[in-house]
Amino acid sequence: MTCDAASTVSAIRAAAAAVGEYRSELTALDREIGDGDHGENLARGFSAVLGKLDGDLPGTPGGVLKLVATTLISTVGGASGPLFGTAFLRAATAVGDAAELDGPAVATALAAARDGVVARGKAEPGDKTMVDALGAAVRAAQERAAAGGRPGEVLAAAADAATEAAAATIPMQARKGRASYLGERSIGHPDPGATSTAYILRALAG
Amino acid sequence: MKKIINDPADVVRESLQGFALAHPDLVTLSLDPLFVARATPTVRGTVAVVSGGGSGHEPLHAGFVGDGMLDAAVPGTVFSSPTPDQVVAAAHAVHAGAGILLVVKNYTGDVLNFETAAELLQADGIEVRTVIVDDDVAVRDSTFTAGRRGVGGTVLLEKIVGAAVARGDDLDTVHALAERVVGVVRSMGVALRPSTVPHSGEPSFTLGEDEMEFGVGIHGEPGRERRAMLPADGIVALLLEAVVTDLPFAAGDRVIVLLNGLGGTPLMELYLAYGSVRGQLESRGITVARSLVGNYVTALEMQGMSITMLQLDDEMMSLWDAPVHTAALRWGV
Repeated sequence: MTCDAASTVSAIRAAAAAVGEYRSELTALDREIGDGDHGENLARGFSAVLGKLDGDLPGTPGGVLKLVATTLISTVGGASGPLFGTAFLRAATAVGDAAELDGPAVATALAAARDGVVARGKAEPGDKTMVDALGAAVRAAQERAAAGGRPGEVLAAAADAATEAAAATIPMQARKGRASYLGERSIGHPDPGATSTAYILRALAG
Repeated sequence: MKKIINDPADVVRESLQGFALAHPDLVTLSLDPLFVARATPTVRGTVAVVSGGGSGHEPLHAGFVGDGMLDAAVPGTVFSSPTPDQVVAAAHAVHAGAGILLVVKNYTGDVLNFETAAELLQADGIEVRTVIVDDDVAVRDSTFTAGRRGVGGTVLLEKIVGAAVARGDDLDTVHALAERVVGVVRSMGVALRPSTVPHSGEPSFTLGEDEMEFGVGIHGEPGRERRAMLPADGIVALLLEAVVTDLPFAAGDRVIVLLNGLGGTPLMELYLAYGSVRGQLESRGITVARSLVGNYVTALEMQGMSITMLQLDDEMMSLWDAPVHTAALRWGV
């Protein structure tokens, strides 16, 4: 099965549902090492995204991703708005006008998303941010795509790697974002952004 | 959680609606997107100063919109930055042909959203300069953190820059002045009790009766360390030591002191602490030329205070003394 506009919309609806489901957990994680609004901010953004999906829908996966990007940027605020927004925007740009995406195209979109987040947030792997989850996801996605994986399989591999990478942020000391103010006290908590990234990828994988 | 609110989701909008109703001579409110602008248009051909950031820090920023200070303030949700389209709309509303200065506190979210807004405004043909305020000495400024936070120094900067704009300085001159202020202003805060964000309903951290969070941030971010509670003179000594040695401030300096309440501390205690600050600075040979005591950059109902010091030169002093008429600061008019 390939990935077209309709299946992209379904995947985004699933991501929005996951954000709603994990809203309190993400906010609680953020309260430990940030300011306690990560789940609320993402939920506000994705509920606005759901509203947009009730209107006239774009005819390509790239068009859907771009709609998600601009909605997140204009509703989420905080650091998550520009970062997740940039991720979806770069993914949209990477897939262009294609009507359907295959496995390699999905992996390419994920890599573009990661590069965008790195450029915007200036974080590197090991800083205890969503870049840790995205970076691992991209590597796994590229391997799965190279092995002939279909879009859902590529995303599932990405989600598995992101979940593992999110857990691996627990012993790290934060060097970017608000958690960095905690210094050593940020050790022992998972990064909320890496965690939400894993949840969203899991939902997108279906 | 006990708060005077309706639906937690409506707190910021409803608060600003009340603010606008209370100060119709000073501000107008845009609801979609949300921002506060001066009631009287920015003088044609002068720079417009736009600031903003998370809500919950009142009177920052909307309380400083008016003559001699900000042209517009852009509020985010509680403790979260506004979005780029809010900033862009506010900047368009107050642009008077001579460019926009964006005053941004150094938090990842604020920097990212204002950066995006600046790009969009430049694409619209509007000249933009950005100053990042990072006065909080509690945070180690290194490649291992997001850099120092912007706290109380923001108020002093906005007042001084607003006066420069009122006398007709151009965008580059105003921007250079803003950078100069950032270079000579330092702050540090302490919390005795946390705040509770309306949408979460949970305190941002917990402190024992005999503990204080030293070097706390204005969102309840933990600070440098948790220490045993001390009498006022001891707390002031610790805060001053951190602030004074950082710049460093030296004997012979003239300074503005902002003794700032974080929202939950009675003025009685703030004035008591201010007396202690004056005595301790005097014994260091530092002259307090101007001062401000009260709640200016708050963290909801957090109990605690911060001390901000700005090393004055003659120009900054005269700009500080220039008339200002806003909801939260007013003199000379």
